[in-house]
Amino acid sequence: MHISEGVLSGQVLFSGMVLAAAGTAIGLKRIDYDRIPHTAILSASFFVASLIHVPIGPSSVHLILNGIVGLLLGWGAFPAILVALTLQALLFQFGGITTLGVNTMTMALPAVLCYYLFGSMVHKRNSIALFGSFACGAFSVFLGAIMVGLALVFTEENFFQVSTLLVISHLPVMVIEGIITAFCVTFLKKVQPAMLPGFHE
Amino acid sequence: MIHESLANGHSQIHRLDPRLKIIFATVYSFIIALSDRFPTLFAALALSFLLIGLARLNLQEVLRKVVLVNGLILLFWVVLPLTFTGEPLFYLGPLAVTREGILLSAKITIKSNAILLFFIALIATTSIATLGYALNRLRIPEKIVHLLLLTYRYTFVIEQEYARLIRAAKIRGFRAGNNMHTYRTYAYLIGMLLVKATARAERVHQAMVCRGFKGKFYCLHEFSFSRPEKIWSALMSIAIIGLGIVEWMEIA
Repeated sequence: MHISEGVLSGQVLFSGMVLAAAGTAIGLKRIDYDRIPHTAILSASFFVASLIHVPIGPSSVHLILNGIVGLLLGWGAFPAILVALTLQALLFQFGGITTLGVNTMTMALPAVLCYYLFGSMVHKRNSIALFGSFACGAFSVFLGAIMVGLALVFTEENFFQVSTLLVISHLPVMVIEGIITAFCVTFLKKVQPAMLPGFHE
Repeated sequence: MIHESLANGHSQIHRLDPRLKIIFATVYSFIIALSDRFPTLFAALALSFLLIGLARLNLQEVLRKVVLVNGLILLFWVVLPLTFTGEPLFYLGPLAVTREGILLSAKITIKSNAILLFFIALIATTSIATLGYALNRLRIPEKIVHLLLLTYRYTFVIEQEYARLIRAAKIRGFRAGNNMHTYRTYAYLIGMLLVKATARAERVHQAMVCRGFKGKFYCLHEFSFSRPEKIWSALMSIAIIGLGIVEWMEIA
């Protein structure tokens, strides 16, 4: 879901940077130094997990997992995703310096939104938890794709068809992410429920 | 496997002060991202190629990276010429291919690749650990640098953990396919990765506290800004100002 360098207009790039910086500042404020290893190691796991290619039809997609990032880290998703994207740029040259802000926004904002929308559902009855976690995974990808589309359309109205195509091509990814998130949350609830938001003994 | 294949070289560019490389890569990326005229873009592309040449990188490796990153660009080429409103150049059956669409796709392609090659020449030739220290020296907030370095450090550990889990699954006869079983297996695998990561984070934090960690990350690396750096910054400033002049004075 990266936007490459050299595509977006100055206004979109700068708005992305300012908003991403604000989100990251809030996120960093919420992580004190004792939690940094925790955020860093989870960020590393998301980075590794996003390299997994899941088969879908004749092709395969790689996972984005920003829904689970949001669930586990809340506002911490901003710095975690910023760092993961920086590493992606450094190691694989996906994305770059100018698009770092926009790309962080398109992944981290849906993550934080999903944390607020669905975070409280994961400890409820099984059916509600299952629905909540599926929605969390699917919605975070959908919203991300919509934001990428908007960034393109704000750059140039004629990008509308490209954006539409991008959003449509993310629909299957959305379903897969929803399923994976639902299974993953079910697993975490059994194994380590304290990792999920709103857990009380 | 994840590795920094281009960072181990011995060219002049590899040895430059990373602070200088970060600053110039940032300025250049923004200038080119905001440029809109073909003369500037072609000049920029030439400059990027020159730097790739000077960095003496393995060209095959560079090419492989460039091809991978051009996926979105390909989408633009497929869609834009057909959908962009403008003067039709020729017809593909019922569809008009517009001049503006092709020009814009070309512009985006050149911009994107010029920035990408410059980034590869300057930034990919520096190890991430060194970049972290340089960012620290450039007064990027300490917490984010700390987070970056720790994440980088543990990416490789977590990757091995993932490799171990996937090996275990394969030994038990797991084969990825289009079915619920595959999705469930991957989801549990990711869940296990996260559980292990949390436990590891706890241990790492305890180990850090045991060694006297007080919430500050010290950077012991000293960088020197000496003669080669001065020459390089002069040359690159001239090149970048030149590009700016071509773009905004509308020369050529």
